[in-house]
Amino acid sequence: MQVRVLVRLKPGVLDPQGRAVHHALEGMGFEGVGDVRIGRLIELDLADGTDHDTIKAMCEKLLANTVIESFTIEGAD
Amino acid sequence: MAFRAAVITFPGSNCDRDMATALEAVSGVPAIRVWHGDAELPERLDLIALPGGFSYGDYLRSGAMAATSPIMRAVIAAAERGVPVLGVCNGFQVLTEARLLPGALLRNAGQRFVCKTVALTVEGTASPFMAGYTAGETIRIPVAHHDGNYFADADTLDRLEGEGRVAFRYAEACNGSARDIAGVLSANGRVLGMMPHPERAIEPAAVTALGGEDGRRLFAGFLESLVRA
Repeated sequence: MQVRVLVRLKPGVLDPQGRAVHHALEGMGFEGVGDVRIGRLIELDLADGTDHDTIKAMCEKLLANTVIESFTIEGAD
Repeated sequence: MAFRAAVITFPGSNCDRDMATALEAVSGVPAIRVWHGDAELPERLDLIALPGGFSYGDYLRSGAMAATSPIMRAVIAAAERGVPVLGVCNGFQVLTEARLLPGALLRNAGQRFVCKTVALTVEGTASPFMAGYTAGETIRIPVAHHDGNYFADADTLDRLEGEGRVAFRYAEACNGSARDIAGVLSANGRVLGMMPHPERAIEPAAVTALGGEDGRRLFAGFLESLVRA
């Protein structure tokens, strides 16, 4: 089974990368860019039937640092 | 009994030799070098040092992969028994990722790698690592990092400050760190994580281009506290 984990910086955590990209977009002439936040997409190929709690544990223990990041799991049953 | 310190080397560590050299220069005893894949630490350690560098190429997050390595399970167990652990730079990142210290180290607010000698204010001194310093004094130690922007939520920051667990602050803003925090202590004072490199400041400024002797005082103070204990 294919599972996608989206890891994002929590609101309020400074994202200097996002800020730099935001600045670059404006410099390229793109208008109306309110904010840019950069996260990470992790694709997992897991054994069928892997339960949600196991995937959640993977996220909490390694894939995301829950001090600064939140995560959502997509594609799990 | 001879001083026994272990320096852990992860793939991508690059300050491990500096750390071992500093420990030997100050204690007179060679440090024991330990590889990340080892499952066990040497016995009767007085100190475990996690060096700077770019362990595992900073994959995923700085320190995240190292925190899962076999030796870190042994380091966490040792820390829980009260063995002193010093994490410098990448070592500090590993300690937060391993949850031995609170908070996290984000990309520097200015996006730039910062490499210079900085002034630090000494704060919490209730730790063997702080025995060589006086609260309130200003010292100078080099920093060299890209991900040194200390972050923790406001409650955690308040708790760290209330419990005297902020070891060092940058005297001037350096990397965007919350409340200018440069180093933090565990609740029992026996784990210290810091972004500045004390191992790069162990010789008089006249001898080395690096930052003087204020880093030596951390190691010397620690050794003295062992003798007193």
